[in-house]
Parts: sequence; structure tokens; C-alpha cells
Amino acid sequence: MGAGAHPLYRHGDTVVHRAPAEVKIVCLLVFVLAVVATPREMFWPFVIYAAIVVVMWRIARIPLRWVLPRMMIEAPFLVLAVLLPFAEGGQRVDVAGLQLSVTGLWAAWGIVVKGTLGVAAALSFAATTSATELPAGLSRLGVPGVVTSVLVLMIRYVDLLTAEASRMRMARIARGDSPRTLHQAAAIATGIGALFLRSYERGERVYAAMLSRGFDGKAPDLAVIGAAPRAVATQWVVAMLPAAAAVAVSAAAWVTL
Amino acid sequence: MNAIHIEALRYVYPDGQVALDGIDLTVASGERVAVLGPNGAGKTTLMLHLNGVLTATGGSIQISGISLERKTLHDIRRRVGLVFQDPDDQLFMPTVAQDVAFGPANFGLSGDALTARVARALDTVSLTDDADRSPAHLSAGQRRRAALATVLACEPDILVLDEPSANLDPVARRELAETLSGLGATMLIVTHDLPYAAQLCDRAVVMDGGAIVADGAIADILSDPELLAAHRLELPWGFSVPAG
Repeated sequence: MGAGAHPLYRHGDTVVHRAPAEVKIVCLLVFVLAVVATPREMFWPFVIYAAIVVVMWRIARIPLRWVLPRMMIEAPFLVLAVLLPFAEGGQRVDVAGLQLSVTGLWAAWGIVVKGTLGVAAALSFAATTSATELPAGLSRLGVPGVVTSVLVLMIRYVDLLTAEASRMRMARIARGDSPRTLHQAAAIATGIGALFLRSYERGERVYAAMLSRGFDGKAPDLAVIGAAPRAVATQWVVAMLPAAAAVAVSAAAWVTL
Repeated sequence: MNAIHIEALRYVYPDGQVALDGIDLTVASGERVAVLGPNGAGKTTLMLHLNGVLTATGGSIQISGISLERKTLHDIRRRVGLVFQDPDDQLFMPTVAQDVAFGPANFGLSGDALTARVARALDTVSLTDDADRSPAHLSAGQRRRAALATVLACEPDILVLDEPSANLDPVARRELAETLSGLGATMLIVTHDLPYAAQLCDRAVVMDGGAIVADGAIADILSDPELLAAHRLELPWGFSVPAG
């Protein structure tokens, strides 16, 4: 694993991987906005969006068997979508013996297709952008230094916290606690409290260490130290192509509605 | 000139507990001093005072003749480098190189000067090949050396190390000692590891209950079993102080 690897990152050296993070962030945002803004009572725009995402996967060499299981994160939202055709009122339609609401069906379709496309696009971004590139990309987009610093610290310490939590769990199990029974809830709750205190104390120590090295609340610009160079105009044009296509499709959908 | 000059330093925690109770300590430039003492003696608290991370309740601190005050804080933090006990507290950037660059960049370095400084610090601790790795993926020994590099990159006059040998395997421990003995800076080494202190330092101060209870040549202090026993210090089994 190289620097900045995170669980969703797939190491690679494709055009998509090499595209500067700031361009990919904007591209993702515009793409998702275009998808969301598309009228849900049509099908063809969504087919084109899906095609754009699949083409991106091909270019970035992200196999379907990698990406599909990870899209399950969407599942809780799908449950809501399934309920809508039953819960909504208005005109009803008979589907396989069930009385379903027409507006509910459209709403469900909208949530499912837009949600799925959003998750798919976000996963493509995550799979091709390492955690190291993210803070620099965001700060070039004008995100305040405090926010990017918080992000840097979160990326760095989330693994450490997970490791600490799993060590605490191991120590509990080693003392005869059984992880599947209800009475463990109390132990877990206390554990979370202890973890919070430890994280708080670590936070203070990290801050003291930062102060010791002259930190004054302003994150220094470390662009010369291994950070990727700023995106140039041609990179913006090329990398924004999927987003531009999505915007065109969305606009066309509104015109033909 | 004295590197460190502390007079009647006192620190009381907000809850009323006295952590430092009148510390007087003078360290000459280039000296390597071990700070020994049991848990809770106030060693780490003293260390956090040396660059103003904690503000003393009373007394005064001078670093290279400069009095520690609010307006000299930035300058003093550049002069005094603190290496914390847990490298994970010190290493927080996505890559080792960025972490090493953090300090000097805060002190105003940029461009080629910054890159050169980072390269030099990484070379001193033999981590040049790991510059672009995440600190999370280094071994404990490498992390300790990386933490040292983040401080060396600020080119401090005084290096303060908290338990540098803790959690290191024997080889990493020896490698760190070799790196440290090659540095010219004034050094304060806070530790329980008496052989390590004997290896690196010529002088030792013993702290207990927030005060300095002994100060002298390390060979003399380590060969005084009553003194050591009185302050919960003990030489490891089988270790005898080399004749100094």
C-alpha cells in the first residue's frame, strides 16, 4: 500500500487516476447535480448517464465485480424507495395484484436511479483518488484551511482509532465477554466512552506536538513536498468531459419534456 | 552561553495538583542531559514548559539567553525541538515528507530551501526511501525516527526527547542511539531506560515529586543504589554501570 491508500482506493495509473483531484471533485459534483436535476419521468437520460459511468469504469480499469458489491452502501435508501409506492396516495395502478401509487412509483424510480448513479459516480472518484491528493485538491478549490486540516487529521487518525477500538474489543473478549449477547451493550457503551476520552487526550497531545513545531492555526502550503501540481487548462477541459456530457443530457431532457 | 536556564519554575494544574515545585536547572550548550525519575515525577510537564506549550505558574525560563515570553514564543519553538513519546502524536500528515516539512514551513521556509531541509532531515534518520509513504505504514522504529526527523528539520538548538527508546526492538533502539549520538544539538533525554541514558548522556538529573532531587555525572548517579531506590529507579538485571 502506498501513501494515502484508503479502503475504496484502487491503485492504478490510468488517465482517470492521473487527473488532478480538484478537477475530479468538480467533475463529480457537476455530474451528480446534472443527474439530480434531470426530470425523473423519463428513461433515456439515465441510460446515457449510466453509459458515461460505465465508460469511466472501463477507462479507469475498475471491474464490475469490484464496484457492484461496494454499491450496497445504498441499500438503506432503497428500502425507503420500496415503501413509497405503497405509502403515497393519489392515482393507483394494479401491478401483480398489488395496488400501487403512480406518484409513489415515479418517486421510487427517481430515488433509485439518481441514488445509484450518484453512488456509482462517487465510487469512481474514490477508487481513483488517494486520500493524500484530497486536501490539496480541496484547498485549491478555495475550501478554508481549517476544513482541509480537519480532513487531513481525520484521514490520518481514523485508522489509529479503529485499531484502538479493535484492541479494546479484543481485550474485552479475552476476559470472557461474548460479543453477540445483549448484555454486552453496556460494555460496548463504556468502551465507546473510554475511546472518546482517549481520542480527546490524543487530540491534545497532537495539538501540543503541532504547536511545538510552530503551528499557529494556519496550515502551511506544502505543495513542493510531493503534492501533485495544480491542474492546467487542458486537464480541466479533458477531465470535465463526463460532467459536460451529463449537463448536456440534463438540458436536452428538459427541452424534450 | 547556557542553552537552558530555568529558575524556580512552578506549575500547578488547574485542579490544584502541584506538578513542578521550584525547578532550577542550567544546561550548557552542547551538553546531553538525562532526566530520570519515576512515573508522575513531572518530567513530561517540565519538557512541555521548555517551548511554552504549557505556561508556568511561576519562575522563569531562558533559552539561549532569550527569556520565554509570549512575544518570543515563536522564536523559542524554533530553537527547542520536542520529540513526543508516541510518534503517532507527532506524525499527522498524509506522507512522511509532508510531516517533516510541516515544522520548517511553519517557521517560514518554502520552495527549494524547504525541499533541501526535508531531504537533509530524512537523510539524517535514514528514511529517504520512505519519504512518500504514509506514517501509518511504517514500523515503530521507523515512526520514531520519522518523528525525530520532523523536529530535526526545524534545526533546533536544543532537542528534548520523551522516552525515545520506548516500544523499540533492540535493533531499532541501537539505531536510534547511533542517530542521536551523531547530532550536535544540546539534548535533554527524559527516560526510565537507565542504560540508554548512560549510553547517550554524561550528566543526569533525577526528578521526583516535581522537584530536582539529584544532579551530577551519570556514572555517579547510577552507581548510587540508595538514591535510585529512594526514587523508584532501578538498574535492569545484569547491568552494571561502565566505569566512566
